[in-house]
Amino acid sequence: MTQTPSALRLARITKRFGALTANDDISLELGSGEVLALLGENGAGKSTLVSILFGHYVADAGSIEVFGQPLPPGDPRAALAAGIGMVHQHFALADNLSVLDNILLGTEALWLPFSRRRAARDRLLATARRFGLSVDAEARVGTLSVGERQRVEILKALYRGARILILDEPTAVLTPQESESLFATLAQLVAEGLSIIFISHKLDEVLRVSQRVAVLRAGRLIALRETRDTHKAELAELMVGRSVSLPQREPRERGPRVLHLQGVSATRGGRRVLDALDLDVHAGEIVGIAGVSGNGQLALAELLSGTLAHSAGTLTLDDQALRADPRDRVARGVARIPEDRHAEGIVGDLPVWENAISERLHTPAFSRWGFVRQRAARAFARKLVARFDVRLPGIDSPTRVLSGGNMQKLILGRALCVRGDAGTPRFIIANQPTWGLDIGAVAYVHRCLLDAARQGAAVLLISEDLEELFAISDRIAVMFKGRLGPARDAAAWTLADVGLAMAGTPHGGQHAA
Amino acid sequence: MMDFLSSLGDMIASVPFWVATLRIATPLILGTLGVLICERAGVLNLGIEGIMVAGAFTGWLAVYHGAGLWTGLAVAALTGALCGALHALLTVWLTVSQHVAGLGITMLATSLASFAYRVSFPQVSTPPTIQPFAPLAALQGIPLIGPVLAEQTALTLGAIALVPLAAWFIYRTPAGLALRMAGENPAAAEGQGLDVLRVRGAAIVGGSALMGMAGAFLTLSAFNAFFMNMVNGRGWICVALVVFASWRPGKALLGALLFAAFDAAQLRLQQDGGALPYQLYLMLPYVLSILALIVMARRAAYPQALMKPYRKGER
Amino acid sequence: MRLEARSRVSRGAVLVAPFAAIAFTLAVCAALVAWAGAPVGRTYALLLEGAFGSRFAIAETLTRATPLILTGLAAAVAFRARLYNIGAEGQLYLGALAAVAVGGLHDGSGFGLPPALLFPLMLAAGAAAGALLLLGPAWLKLRLGVDEVVTSLLLNFVALLFVSLMLDGPMKDPMAMGWPQSVAINPDLELPRLIERTRVHAGLLLASGLAVAVWALQRFTRFGFALRAVGANARAARFAGLPVGRTVLLCALLSGALAGLAGVGEVAGRAGYVTLDMSPGYGYAGIVIAMLAGLHPLGVVLSAVFVGAVMVGADSMSRAVGVPNYIADVIVATALLAMLVATLLTRYRIRWGRA
Repeated sequence: MTQTPSALRLARITKRFGALTANDDISLELGSGEVLALLGENGAGKSTLVSILFGHYVADAGSIEVFGQPLPPGDPRAALAAGIGMVHQHFALADNLSVLDNILLGTEALWLPFSRRRAARDRLLATARRFGLSVDAEARVGTLSVGERQRVEILKALYRGARILILDEPTAVLTPQESESLFATLAQLVAEGLSIIFISHKLDEVLRVSQRVAVLRAGRLIALRETRDTHKAELAELMVGRSVSLPQREPRERGPRVLHLQGVSATRGGRRVLDALDLDVHAGEIVGIAGVSGNGQLALAELLSGTLAHSAGTLTLDDQALRADPRDRVARGVARIPEDRHAEGIVGDLPVWENAISERLHTPAFSRWGFVRQRAARAFARKLVARFDVRLPGIDSPTRVLSGGNMQKLILGRALCVRGDAGTPRFIIANQPTWGLDIGAVAYVHRCLLDAARQGAAVLLISEDLEELFAISDRIAVMFKGRLGPARDAAAWTLADVGLAMAGTPHGGQHAA
Repeated sequence: MMDFLSSLGDMIASVPFWVATLRIATPLILGTLGVLICERAGVLNLGIEGIMVAGAFTGWLAVYHGAGLWTGLAVAALTGALCGALHALLTVWLTVSQHVAGLGITMLATSLASFAYRVSFPQVSTPPTIQPFAPLAALQGIPLIGPVLAEQTALTLGAIALVPLAAWFIYRTPAGLALRMAGENPAAAEGQGLDVLRVRGAAIVGGSALMGMAGAFLTLSAFNAFFMNMVNGRGWICVALVVFASWRPGKALLGALLFAAFDAAQLRLQQDGGALPYQLYLMLPYVLSILALIVMARRAAYPQALMKPYRKGER
Repeated sequence: MRLEARSRVSRGAVLVAPFAAIAFTLAVCAALVAWAGAPVGRTYALLLEGAFGSRFAIAETLTRATPLILTGLAAAVAFRARLYNIGAEGQLYLGALAAVAVGGLHDGSGFGLPPALLFPLMLAAGAAAGALLLLGPAWLKLRLGVDEVVTSLLLNFVALLFVSLMLDGPMKDPMAMGWPQSVAINPDLELPRLIERTRVHAGLLLASGLAVAVWALQRFTRFGFALRAVGANARAARFAGLPVGRTVLLCALLSGALAGLAGVGEVAGRAGYVTLDMSPGYGYAGIVIAMLAGLHPLGVVLSAVFVGAVMVGADSMSRAVGVPNYIADVIVATALLAMLVATLLTRYRIRWGRA
């Protein structure tokens, strides 16, 4: 690597947020035409580092050079002008605007009396052709699929003439096949002379696409390896820094049917979001639901959580109908773990103890004559916090100050204690329960779900992370466009099959009519 | 029934009805465009009611002290822009509640105008007057609409001409695209090198300048003096009209005209000594505004980031 | 310039915030006083004296504070649930009108009921009138997503015109010689005076008692819990199974009722009848009072006394030094904006330069 001229040089970058040192003295070089993987857990400092690179943050110390020129800190415009392009994990696109509008923004001087849209369109299509990325310039972004949006994001950077492309967890939302096509695109970009920083926490991918791997842990650059000189086990150990063994699925007794869906459909805002779903989940088993984000998983989770009503079909728990009411779920012993901790899981401004009882507030355990039984509630919250090892300043502090992992433990604890002292929940609906957590917290959540299943709970796990699904699910089903495929034994699926099903092609690549 | 319909027909065919409609519509057009520009950038501006009062007052005061009418209009716009700058500081840079900040600006601008009026004219029994904008009598000759236009002032024609300009600005210029992006996805705009806070701030300042001019129309064209209660809810009506217009300038013009036509009709019915108490007629504009909000509620396609403060680094 | 979230909000800062806001406000308004040609120190001294300088002044301030406590509570309780009720002015007027309808029409015969029954009926009618006026906007917000700020604001104008209609028609006082004024309520229904030869009336006790009640409601009950949860994060509240719609509607009824009672208090405690200028913007001032109090129901009592004092003090000061009494409105409005910023600064720190 020493022979190629460097595209990007980071020197001794340090960034602190209060007491936390997010980046600690990081020096790194990106060669021209190189794919450098930035590997690390959630919270290791990857996002902070690229945010500094892109001018969203200013480093407390250190400097950046792009193609030999110093990059002024804290100015996204300077980063763009220097040829740095960023593909965000959560796409930075406006749904209500057209593809062309999204790409055109910021490329013309603001005082011009008119946009040169036609010329821009031609240039966009030429760029798209050159890199083999097809796109409809006039389509509203809101109507595009996830994969198409990612293409728009990449084109946005290329349109501006990016020479260095940063991709933040680009495969998190893609099917395995879409990921393959992304890798092909990356190869073509490199062949055209672009340099790429590929951020990920998935080891296989990193080994697959990169020439070198930089491993970050707790804000520090732990290791820098030539990809061909390293292997998965070494990278895993470097990344985590300690041996965390993720719990694995174990053989369990499958009990009677608990959850039963037959022909269940649901609509939201006049749009059909669930289309004739059939599914049974039995006591003591974990059923995983795979799918590309936005194919109805959220609606399924809401249906089972009681916040979305079904418009057709049968939905029963222990052979009794379920009503669209979260209280009904709580009364029936359903543990619910929502996708978005901050938006749905907790009320950040309220104290921890109030959040700990919020879903059982109306039960006699915590209220009498319309008054809250504060002593009982606090006692329960203290017990919960101790049992699920939630680290916090106190049960009276506002819940928003908790870290992501601790917040998730609080929600998990609240859900698993849904029956109070009466034991394990009958049914657990967990939607992306490990999203954004570090490996220790992930292991904890998996352990809890496996334990609950062993004690007889029926578990439905919705996840976009196929590794997670394969690790702990007994059966897996795939959602696509509001429909749910058959739940087959996890062992009967191959990764490729799941990928095809996620893209809407049933049964191992045979094209549907 | 037939009598009523025929008299309604007579009214709609009459020149005075259309003269009144255009006159009533003018401040609504200006104010609605002002609100629309703020909201397209993602900021609710409930300061409009007070900004209109302040613009009406300062514009009139300037003319009273000898400035030209156009200078008075510019003073009103500047007043609006200043109020807008305060609103922008509070809501865009300091990210306080847009609802409450807007109400606060309304209260502040209104009370300051009243205070300044009293300080300037401690003892007057009849409100001092100015010579307002003159009607454009030269337009009399235009076929069909000439008689209606000849009764209007340059401000009315200017307000109408502003609508296609605003549409061009929003849909056809790079700055308009930046404005829309700031109101749809500010984080994305920032990622494209745009300074979202400045774009939003500029939109509020510009939109508020229009609101100031909307107020000035009342003192410099519709009347010739300043009264404390002269805005009387017109600002709030503009806020409702923007929802009715789905945030589109063309529809905003349509909404303002429709609304003004109803208002002109109720004035006419009132003058004709309608059978009902006059208060019921006066309620009509407010009730209509509420109805407009209800009708459009299901169809309203709000700018995605409306009322969401943008803080860098927060997702 | 940018904001940086504080890791924890200090209780001291929260308590200091309103005082800092008021101090800032008085400093800014001093410039206006100077512009009006009055000596600043003397003007503020006169303002203070006019508000608290004598038994009579204190009584006047407390009389003013009475409706302000109620409209302040109306705003505080609604804002807590993030229901922006800006319609307290209209609700106050309708409450006043309802009080006269029960206690004043039929020559004050009150449907032949004894005062002991008629009095609670009058309170209930006033509360119900205010509550009903807010129910519409709250329902529209829930079912159709219509912004309640604009609807409740517009209803103020409708309500005031309705009052005008009533004062011209069925409720007109024939003895008022053409002034738009309603008939008076039965003197038996008037609230007793608290202090001899002043206007302070029992409405002050009612309002303060309600402040305590609202505080206890928010603090100790299931409804209060739901109210706070819905205001802070409605989606999470819904997920947890709290009755979001019902909570918002109940909150609207409570808020509107409090504002309606402010109107009843003005009729039964002060004037005896309704006029079109009976409220110098009590409804709007309630918003300022609620914000100054940090939406705390007990704090509302204190900030209502402050705003009442500014209004009373400004009236008496303007007679002495000729600064227009509109300065009171300017002070109130500036205090609102200053308080918004002060509250923000308890949660965020301002940093200059880039992130």
